[in-house]
This record gives sequence, C-alpha cells and structure tokens, in this order.
Amino acid sequence: MRIKLTVNGAAHELDIEPRTTLLDALRDHLNLKGAHAGCEHGVCGACTVLVDGVAVRSCLMFAPQAEDAAITTIEGVTPGPGELSPIQDAFCETHGMQCGYCTPAMILTAHALLAANPEPTREQIVEAISGNICRCTGYAQIVEAIALAAERMRGVNRPSEEVRK
Amino acid sequence: MSAGHHRFVSTDRRVREDRRFVVGKGRYVADIDLPNTKHVALLTCPYPAARIKCIDKNAALAMPGVRYVLDGAELAAATLPLMTGLDTPNVPRRPLALDIARYSGEWVAAVVADTRAQAEDAAEAIDVTYEPLPFVLDAEQALASGPLVHEAHGSNVLLDKTLVWGKVDKDFAASPRKLSLRVKWGRSSTVPIETFGVVASWDPWREILDVYASIQMPRYADQISAALKIPSKSVRVHYDVDVGGSYGVKRGIKHTVLCGFLARRLDFPIRLIEDRLENMRGGDAHGPERLFDVEVAFDDAGIVRSMKMRALENLGAYAGRSPFQLGKPIGSIVGPYKIKSVEYRAIAVVTNKTTQDAVRGFGQGPTNFALERVMDEVANVLGLDPLEVRRRNLIRHEEFPYLIPSGTTYDSGDYHTVIDKVLANMNYEALKQERDRLRTEGKLAGIGIAACLEPSGGNATFEALLNPAITTSTFMDSCRINVDGMGAITATMHTTSSGQGHETLVGTVIGEVLELDPDSIRVTRTDSLNSLPSGTPVGSRMAIMLGGAAFHAALKLKAKLTAIGAHDLGIAPERVVYDQGSVFDCNAPQNKRTWADLVQIAHRNIHRMPKGFEPGLAVSHVYEVPTGGTLPTPDGRVQMYPCFSFEFHLILLSIDPDLGTPQIVRYRLGHDCGTQINPKIVRGMTMGGIAHGIGAALHEEFAYNDEGQLIAQTFMDYLLPSSHEVPAVDIIDHETPSPHTVLGQKGSGESGYLGAPAALANAVNDALRPLGVSINTLPLKVSKLGDLIAAARAKGK
Repeated sequence: MRIKLTVNGAAHELDIEPRTTLLDALRDHLNLKGAHAGCEHGVCGACTVLVDGVAVRSCLMFAPQAEDAAITTIEGVTPGPGELSPIQDAFCETHGMQCGYCTPAMILTAHALLAANPEPTREQIVEAISGNICRCTGYAQIVEAIALAAERMRGVNRPSEEVRK
Repeated sequence: MSAGHHRFVSTDRRVREDRRFVVGKGRYVADIDLPNTKHVALLTCPYPAARIKCIDKNAALAMPGVRYVLDGAELAAATLPLMTGLDTPNVPRRPLALDIARYSGEWVAAVVADTRAQAEDAAEAIDVTYEPLPFVLDAEQALASGPLVHEAHGSNVLLDKTLVWGKVDKDFAASPRKLSLRVKWGRSSTVPIETFGVVASWDPWREILDVYASIQMPRYADQISAALKIPSKSVRVHYDVDVGGSYGVKRGIKHTVLCGFLARRLDFPIRLIEDRLENMRGGDAHGPERLFDVEVAFDDAGIVRSMKMRALENLGAYAGRSPFQLGKPIGSIVGPYKIKSVEYRAIAVVTNKTTQDAVRGFGQGPTNFALERVMDEVANVLGLDPLEVRRRNLIRHEEFPYLIPSGTTYDSGDYHTVIDKVLANMNYEALKQERDRLRTEGKLAGIGIAACLEPSGGNATFEALLNPAITTSTFMDSCRINVDGMGAITATMHTTSSGQGHETLVGTVIGEVLELDPDSIRVTRTDSLNSLPSGTPVGSRMAIMLGGAAFHAALKLKAKLTAIGAHDLGIAPERVVYDQGSVFDCNAPQNKRTWADLVQIAHRNIHRMPKGFEPGLAVSHVYEVPTGGTLPTPDGRVQMYPCFSFEFHLILLSIDPDLGTPQIVRYRLGHDCGTQINPKIVRGMTMGGIAHGIGAALHEEFAYNDEGQLIAQTFMDYLLPSSHEVPAVDIIDHETPSPHTVLGQKGSGESGYLGAPAALANAVNDALRPLGVSINTLPLKVSKLGDLIAAARAKGK
C-alpha cells in the first residue's frame, strides 16, 4: 500500500506492506537509522520517536497509523551537520551513554519531557526515562545529562542578572 | 579524582565516541546495507530434546521471496564443528542441530528470503517431524544420572577437576570452627539492548568473506576460518562496527558460520539480526548457573584459615568456552582475604538448556557472591559484626604484593583505607541505627556488605589449567601510530568496541605521552586483514592492554622524533628535550626543531635523517600482558591476571513485609581501580555494573518450566532494571596504582557487577534474620521473598 509520512518536517510517499511497523518504515524505507530495534515488543524503548511531540515506541505502531502525524526522529532534533542540540551536548558532557544504542531514544524522551516540563525534578526525570532501558550506564549520568540540559535550556535567551539590573 | 602529574589522563574529559551516538550516527550491524542482501530467519526446536526425523522444506521453498532452506545435515557436511575450550570431541557444537536437538529453541533450519518478514513466514511453513526424547534440566540430576545430553560422550560431565592449594586438611583440623553453606547463582546474562547480528558477504574473485558483526570475541576471524574451512586470509572482519552493548556475550560464532556458509553457497550478502526471542532462547548467550557448596574453617575471632569450595555449573546443551568460567575465579579464589589454603572442585555438566557464553566477570561474579555470603555467615555464627570480620581477614596494604594459595600474586591494594573512606562518608553506627529504626517502623531492614576483587588484564591461563592440551601463554594487544606528511597523527586499534570508549582511551594515552591535545589525534579501526594482534576487550583488560600498547607505541614515536631532532641539531640525543611535539637543545633552548620541521625531515628530507632510520613516522607496538608468560605448575598454580581492582559495597535495604518488595534505601561504593584514565568512563562502567548486579540479584532469570521450556522469553518476563530500580549511588574513589601498568591503571569493566549481588543478598538476609529464615538462591525475586516472609510469619515469627 502507498502511504504518506511526515518525518522531520518533510513529506514522504512510501510503498509498503500494511504490516510494516513505523520503526521498519523509518529505518528501511527512509534510511533513518537512528531509531533502533531492541525488543520489538514495546518494553525497552530503543525505538522511541516523537509522534506529534509525544514519545512513542515505533515498534508498536504500524506505519500507516502514523499517516496524519508529525514524526520526529533523532535526525530531526540534530541542528545541523556537526552540531548538537543542548540535550545532545549535555549527554556528551556527562557521558550519559556507553554503547550508544539506547541513546537516540533516550534523547528524544528527554526532548518530550523538557518540552512539557522545563524544570523537572530528579524524580520526574527518572519517571520520564523509566520506559527506556539502558543496559550500560545504570542511568546516573543520563539523569544528570537531562538535568543539565534543562538547566542550560532554561538559561537560553534569559538575560543574566547583570543585564537585568 | 586528581590528575596529579598528568596533563590529560585522569582529567574530566569528554568521550569522543559520544558525538556520533547522540545524533544517531553510530554504525551498528543492522545499519549495514549491502546491495542485494538476503535475510535469514530460523526455525527452532520446540522440545528440550528431540530426534529430528524429517524436515520437509517444500512448502517453505514455494513461498514468495524464499531463496533457500538450509538444514543441519547440509551445513555439517560442509563445515567443521565450532571451536570449544575443553577437549570434548563427542560434544560437537554446530550452528544447526544435526539429527538431535538438545534444547528448546535450538536452531533446526534456516530460511533465506528477500525480506526478513518473508523468511519468518516461510520458517513457519517448514514441516519437521520430531521424536521427543528424555531430557534433564537440573545440574545435580545431570551429574547423578539423568538422561545423557550427548550420548556419545558417555556422561553429562564435561569437567570435574579438583585442585588443592596449601594444607587444607591440616588447617581444617586445626580450626575450632567450621561452617558450610550452599548458595546458588541463578541463570541470567548481560542481555544487551542490541541483539546479536551479522552480515556476511563473499567475493569469489577476491576470495574474501567480509564480515560485519556486533561482535566481542577473541579469535573470531580464526574461528570463522576454521569452521568454514577457508584460509584466515580470506576472512575480513570489519572492526569499525559499533556494538550496541555486550558485557561479554556478543559471541555469535554460530550465527556467523551459518551466514558465512550461506553467503558462499548462494552468492548473496546474508544478514541475520536476532529478534529478542532468538536472542534470549537460541542465541546461546546465557550466563552461569552455578551451585556452590562452600565450607570454611575459622577461629573464634572470625579469622578464616581454609576453604573448600565445590562449584557445579549447569552449562546448558553445548560447551563452547563456557566451562572456563569456572577457571577464571581461581586467580582470586580467596577474594581480598588472607585465606591460607583452598580446595576447589569445579564441575561442569551439560543439560537441556540454552548454551552459555561469557558473561561480565567470566564467572567471577558467582564466586564473589558465594565467598561474601560465607563471610557474612561466619560473622553471624560468632555474633560478630560482618564488617569487623572482613577487616580482620582482609589483606593489609603493607602485605602487597601478596601471593595467594592458587599461585597468583596480587599487585597492590589498600582495602582498609577504601573502607575507611566509605565509612567517613556514611557513619556505620548511624547506618545500623537507621536500619533498626526501619525495623521498629515495621519494615524488614538489613545492611549488606561485600568486599570484592575485580581481576583485570586478561591473562587467561585458566585455559591451560583446566585443559593441559592448551599451551597459550600469550595475551597481547596492539596499537599503531602514523604521523602523515601533513603532520597529522592517526592511531589504529585492532578490535571492535561495545561502549567502553576505547577510541578515547587511545587518544588520551597517546596525547599524554606526546604532550599533545588528545582531540588532535585521529583514532581509527582496522579490519582483521589489516590488523595487528588483539586479545579483544575481554577480562577487563583494555585500559591495561590497549592503553599499554598505545603508551609504548607513543614512546617509540617520541624516541624517533627525539633522535631525528638530535641528528638535525647535530647534538647527542641525551641533550635533546622533547616538549609538546617540538625538540630543543637543553643547553641552548633556542636551538629547536618544531613538529613541522620533524615531519618535513621524516617524510621528505631523508638526507637529514639519522643513518639507518626508516623514512616516515610510523610506529607500532604489540604489548604482552604484564606478569604473564607462565603456564601452570603441575600442582595447579599459576599467575592469572596482572591487576586486582577492589570494591566495597555498603547497602541499606528495606523489604515491604506484606509484598516482599525490596527497596534500596542507601548505596555506597568504595572503588579502587588504580589510575582512572577517564573518570567519566570509569564511573559509567561502575554504575552500569551495579545496575546489572541489581538485575542479577533481584530481577533477572532465564526461568524454565518443568517441561523444559524457557518461560522468560520477553522483556515482560526477563526483567531488566529500569531507572526506577537503580538507586542513586555514592561512589567513593580511591587510587592505589598498579606497579605493573604504564599509568598505574587497573581494570574497571566489571566493577559494580562483581559485588552488587553479594551485597544485596547479604542485605536481604540481614533483613530476614529476625524472622529466622535465610535465602541463598539468586535471583531474590519479590515473589520468593514474599512467600518466604509469609511462611515465616505463619509460623509466628
């Protein structure tokens, strides 16, 4: 069947089997390899993408179900070649990863969290990422990365105390 | 962590690999798209043991997109069995079952199709006639009698070796007290979020099999070559594939031999990416399942003099390298304690369960768990504090280097100081008061301690100890550095990585030696046809071994630069000072040659080079493991592993008395892995190890039902710790450098994991003690704890 998907702001037409998952459509048909298959039954969260801004497991959604939605992948939150978003940079600063396999999904989950809650508590960060399994880190440096990103993003465009005086 | 006299080592630097991962540009095996690739799906045996009577492929072959159906008979006729560690020729291991399948989930046939979905559909259409056979799941039953898993072997026992070091009988006779304990480490594994995958492609004109795989395995290319019966110069394993987690188990040799055969047979690139069920059931990646009977002899002060340990390992259906996981713990069989004599009996049996492979620590985690449970029980029977008992038994700082009974000399350590530092951070008496307060509030609460070693460096002489036919004493790693004609530095490493930050390691160490910004140094990976030897990232060895190789290669480069500069300045090399890439005359600092000058001479002005020097600036170093090079003595003593990191866990845990839910209230870790080359990496590894240890202790189990079916087949049943299950942990670092390594570093790839299960088990047992019950079988699942507490309460405790 032919479907239309809007991914990272661009419209695509795909010819796919109806049973194709959104994950497979992104990876195999649109060559967006940043979404990863981990369990393919909706537990590990490595396939997380944003669907209308909400963190969703792309392995549990058929591609045709996403036709009317705006899909954002890790490629869509990267500002440009060689550049990092504040969240991506914060993950580098704290080393909030090791093998990198769960990382794009973890960062998209963080994007969804911080868009809704710019000043999350530690507990809120832990809750937000609890559907994304990381086997490498024990989560400490991931939680720190998200807290650091939140802090930095809150400071963006805000005049310093000095200027406000 | 202080940088001390280092410029870059031990400083808080970013990890260079992270930049590609945060933008989704890691290059994992599933991202490799070769043109015209065909996909493999597997048909597996539904019985724990069955004779394969007939395989009807016709319906499958008629399905859309299907290219081939391969069975075990065809594959076995064309390939050799996979390499094993022990000499057990009648226990052959092959990618596809031949005549008999020996566990539920074992691969019986492989379908090749244009898409993975087509291959999966067709696998369901293969009609296999099975004759179910008797099976055995329990190790003790397999040992005692049980149906034979491999009839031709004549027994289910693959290994039964007793080693005695020191005067065990005398020490037992002389000790006023004895205690024995049976503990069991449950069947779990590392279960990376990326499953194993491989893509193989054969070029019949170049005669090269290209292999891309999520692999972490010593001698991988050799094993492919041997099984496929093609020269090793025809196997090219690409090391620039990012591996999405491994922690030991990414050893898909059977997957690779299968795909390599199919790639040659069909002349298509062949790809097999496990799905999660294949990974957990038939991926042959389970970890140890080990029953310990431990007996210790000690005195009234709690000083443990001697130990007898019997370890019975349930290997699953085939051996591979897994029996050696009983061997590695011999290198630190007494842990951090001054136990004078040891009897160790290692037994490995086959059963009708999934095959094991190497898991983080290579058997050390289970052994540490057994030893630490025993130390707690020694304290318990004497009415002494478990921390005090450990302090009395620990090797003291001034006693290093310390020779243990099994022949290994520990390099360095300062265990008492590490413990003191942890307790300075968290007062022990206050912690006990907090536990007691929780108890008065109606909770079950306990304190758990573990003091454990992490052997590091990967000198795997346990192979020769358990199999005298093996004479391997060489365990090397390599680094090559080239300064190109423009003056840029490129270093190469010769293996894959699975998140350990090896590119950062190499850049940092070379930058340190050359006094140049590590970020200015490119680090690349070769393939197996272009590589120097590597023992691969096993045995917590790369900081020591790859770091050592990079350090020595950089020293060679520095020496060459210094000699070229001295020659061009017309002075003796002793007068030349190397300074951040330039060299100058110590008597006349204005006389100098810059980096650009030295590159110009080496690459374009051979008339200015010292006589006999090779042109260019290429150096390499193959580094042998420190303290290695010896084989076991006839009485079973050998130096294993050069370095020994120390970790001290201190946990306060509460258990909901109605639900059985354990909750970690406080977690402190004292950790000493010598010099930390990158503190961010060490902390991450340690925290990740603790999380993995929490999983092994409380949540994760490859459980089987009585019918021999693996019932933990998804992440709904096999429970990996999420962010909710892993508490905040205070890690207190201490640094006792190793005298054997180039920067004083030791290993940290297994840290946390090697002690967390022991500490958690001790905490749970301390919490249960007021009820008069104990539990010594991992994992300590909520359901088990709940039942145990309810039963104890029903008895009126």
